[in-house]
Amino acid sequence: MSEKIGIYVCHCGSNIAGTVDVEEVARWAGERIEDVAVARDYKFMCSSLGQQMIEEDIKSKGLTRVVVAACSPSLHEKTFRRACEKAGLNPYFLQMANLREHVSWVTKDKAEATAKAKALVSAAAERVKRHRPLEPTFVDVNPATLVVGGGIAGIQATLELANAGYHVYLLEREPSIGGHMAQFDKTFPTLDCSACILTPRMMEVGQHENVTLLTYSELEEVQGSVGNFKVKIRKKARYVNEDLCNGCGICSEKCPTKVIDDAFEAGLGQRKAIYTPFPQAVPRTPVIDVDACRWFQQGKCGVCKKVCPAEAIDFEQKDQFVELEVGNIILATGWKMFDCSRLPQYGYGRLPNVYTSMEFERLCNAAGPTGGKIVLRDGKTEPETVAIIHCVGSRDVKCNSYCSNVCCMAALKFGHLVLEKTDAEVYSFYIDIRTPHKDYEEFYQRLLGERMHFIRGKVAEVTDAGRVPFENGKLIVQCEDTLLGRQRRVPVDMVVLMGALEPQSGAAELARICGISRGESGWYTERHPKLDPVATMTDGVFVAGVCQGPKDIPASVAQGAAAAARVQGMIAKGKVTIEPITARIDEERCSGCRTCNGLCPYGAIEYDEDKSVCRVNAALCKGCGTCASACPAGAITAAHFTDEQIFAEIEGALWDAGGAPAVEAARPREGNAPLQKQSWPTGEPEQIST
Amino acid sequence: MKYAYYPGCSLETSGAAYDVSTRAVANLLNLHLVELDDWNCCGATEFFSQDELTASAVVARNLALVGPDFDQLVAPCTACYLNLKKTDHLMRGDKKMSDKINEALAAGGLNHQAGRVQVRHLLDVIHADVGEAAIRDKVVRPLNGLKVACYYGCQMVRPFNDVDDSEQPTKLDDVLAWLEAEPTHFSAKAYCCGGHMTQISEPQAFELIRRILQNAADGGADMIACLCPMCQLNLDAYQSRVNRHFHADFRMPVVYFTQLMGLAFGVERKKLGFGKEIVAAGPVLERKLRTLQQVG
Repeated sequence: MSEKIGIYVCHCGSNIAGTVDVEEVARWAGERIEDVAVARDYKFMCSSLGQQMIEEDIKSKGLTRVVVAACSPSLHEKTFRRACEKAGLNPYFLQMANLREHVSWVTKDKAEATAKAKALVSAAAERVKRHRPLEPTFVDVNPATLVVGGGIAGIQATLELANAGYHVYLLEREPSIGGHMAQFDKTFPTLDCSACILTPRMMEVGQHENVTLLTYSELEEVQGSVGNFKVKIRKKARYVNEDLCNGCGICSEKCPTKVIDDAFEAGLGQRKAIYTPFPQAVPRTPVIDVDACRWFQQGKCGVCKKVCPAEAIDFEQKDQFVELEVGNIILATGWKMFDCSRLPQYGYGRLPNVYTSMEFERLCNAAGPTGGKIVLRDGKTEPETVAIIHCVGSRDVKCNSYCSNVCCMAALKFGHLVLEKTDAEVYSFYIDIRTPHKDYEEFYQRLLGERMHFIRGKVAEVTDAGRVPFENGKLIVQCEDTLLGRQRRVPVDMVVLMGALEPQSGAAELARICGISRGESGWYTERHPKLDPVATMTDGVFVAGVCQGPKDIPASVAQGAAAAARVQGMIAKGKVTIEPITARIDEERCSGCRTCNGLCPYGAIEYDEDKSVCRVNAALCKGCGTCASACPAGAITAAHFTDEQIFAEIEGALWDAGGAPAVEAARPREGNAPLQKQSWPTGEPEQIST
Repeated sequence: MKYAYYPGCSLETSGAAYDVSTRAVANLLNLHLVELDDWNCCGATEFFSQDELTASAVVARNLALVGPDFDQLVAPCTACYLNLKKTDHLMRGDKKMSDKINEALAAGGLNHQAGRVQVRHLLDVIHADVGEAAIRDKVVRPLNGLKVACYYGCQMVRPFNDVDDSEQPTKLDDVLAWLEAEPTHFSAKAYCCGGHMTQISEPQAFELIRRILQNAADGGADMIACLCPMCQLNLDAYQSRVNRHFHADFRMPVVYFTQLMGLAFGVERKKLGFGKEIVAAGPVLERKLRTLQQVG
């Protein structure tokens, strides 16, 4: 039975019609392509009148296939599929030919453009004849959500969902939630106390009836797909029974072993071998640092066990695995600080009074190792001069080419704090000051009015090699002042390096586990940089906060809320549509070689040990076709991209092959010579299970 | 391990101690250094800014002289090292230039295929190819107690930074530590020694020399170890004039790192070129190294 094809060539105003002779293409298609029942051109096919035209033709002329020759299918394929569906045609009986991005916008010569347009229309027509009806499937959405990362973005996402009445599992790698924000002293530009605004949120999460807190835990495995993920979590051994511990803290108080706290205190302070990272930690349950604990290292001590009134200390505890079922996953894994010793010219790790910005946060913090006093490494001398160096590891092609977004404002905040707490002179060495958000520029103006000195130029080095007597014993910051147009050497007592924000350690591994991609700089890739910033290319996996790119607290919170809103939308809808364009494996022909398993970028192919065959999980498959092209047995068929369809498309595109050159053929000529046809292998008949 | 060896002019004259100590140490470490036959001057630092093509051709002649049995050329002098490396780099990136240079070389029946020979600095070869274990194995007279400021200068680390960090290199510090000497905190380790500025404007050159000597002394160094005959000359031979100019009192011996290696390997001081330096290293070594006092 032959098909009845309708061909619709769009002018797109003058976008296509300005270069392609659209009337000629429609006329030619109507006369020369087999099985064409109607061929029209129209000013804007995507307008409601254009869509109506298609719908009416389907009904009145009994069209069985539709070709729309217009723009890219990524713009309007959905529009025209809907039009087909409204008129009672299976939406997958539509094919688009891209005459705009692929022809008119990239071709100058009108004859050439018209010839190419004909080839694309012919290709689409030959292909669409071989389309099979496809039906999407639906699956239920599990209303529980997994949030990975307990920083401010993850906390916000958790609370939004939990307050909406949905259950959330909040996963955190460290012993407490809070993230970097818990380490900060003040937050810019308002200078409100970071802990004061964060800890109520942490408490709320800790006490919420809809939140299951999984701290000191890591995500090991994700299976399944949107709506129905199965996740495996490793709960690292705390050596403290969470159910028994009441968080009294006597164990930490009595523990005889002190170690340097590299995490929360950024190496400036100490903690015990059994510890909670900070006083307001949530949960209050401590953990034992096995590498420092005398019991684990020397087999003696056990003071914590002796003093614990709740008998919660359990040296025999092992890592536990928890398996959960969730409908959606939000990743909010944040960032880590650039290793400033990678730029040895700035002296970090070599010259004692060079600090990272994270160290300086702790130094300013009233709850920090110096009680908020800004002093040098000797613990008592107040600096007379402080240099703040911007863009350390950011905006530097040798390290990270991106701007870390928050450092300019943090540097201004530091300057303000030094001026407030000491009598020191403050020098800020910047490339550009970037203060683009609400009330930020005003904060910069405020600092310009305080005693802060701004020097524009990238610092060449920080050295203790003085040249003149007054430089001796100082750190000298050598820099070209690009406003003054000369070299400057500024002797200071303390240097603060505004280190770049880098993707959290383990970000690559987590991306692999969750099947999402990372950009060149290692940040998680969003579905669309402007219009879909919290979704990823993997349905049901969302990102929020700095893990998607450097951003400040307000932006992280906004993304946390946005991701939660997206998840709520999924839960409210209740079902997700699974696109029918997927691969299918013919088990009769599959040899179980598993070539396809490793190639699938979505982990959608499972191996059936019993039958020794591979099987595609349609819910995970994106229809990319990698497996189909790689299968040595030809056992895999990619629906909507079968060999038969692709070969027919090629044949259509080469309608003039063997005859006159395409451009000549496009020029008006006499008579209607029949299309040159060549025989191509037609491939295997398509098998679709419905 | 076999390498083509390019000593360069300085090592035949002012830097003779570098040459003899290099050969002595290489011998002990089984580094087979085969001197290029009929090599010529590398053009030093000035020629390139005068006439790039001629300067490159002069350098390329040395590269062309490397026989087919060798794929690596070792230079101890950092100026020679940089010129050889720079020329090969230039020829690799600029086909036209490369053809012109080969046209010039053809007059002498030579040809250099860019990229065929890898140009290496002696320190890199000793650090990477010989390595820690082999060096520690050869130490018979550990340099315990000797505080050494490891001085790199410019040309080994700039503009090419593939061997070590441009700003704060560490490989020489490693080697000295393997000899059990104590590398000192030395922020000026890659500062410029002034090069030929001594011939152009003495006050400027003296300041550049002074800041290096000052920083080495501030770090508590007994002596400076260097890896370039130009640096050695400036820091050593001009030291008394720097003292006079600034009313200072530096007495900082400046020796080649290969001399200290030879010393640790038990080679006689005379055979390492000690005594050729102007600020004498002998008394410091004798005072600091108890093993030296015993052996003599």
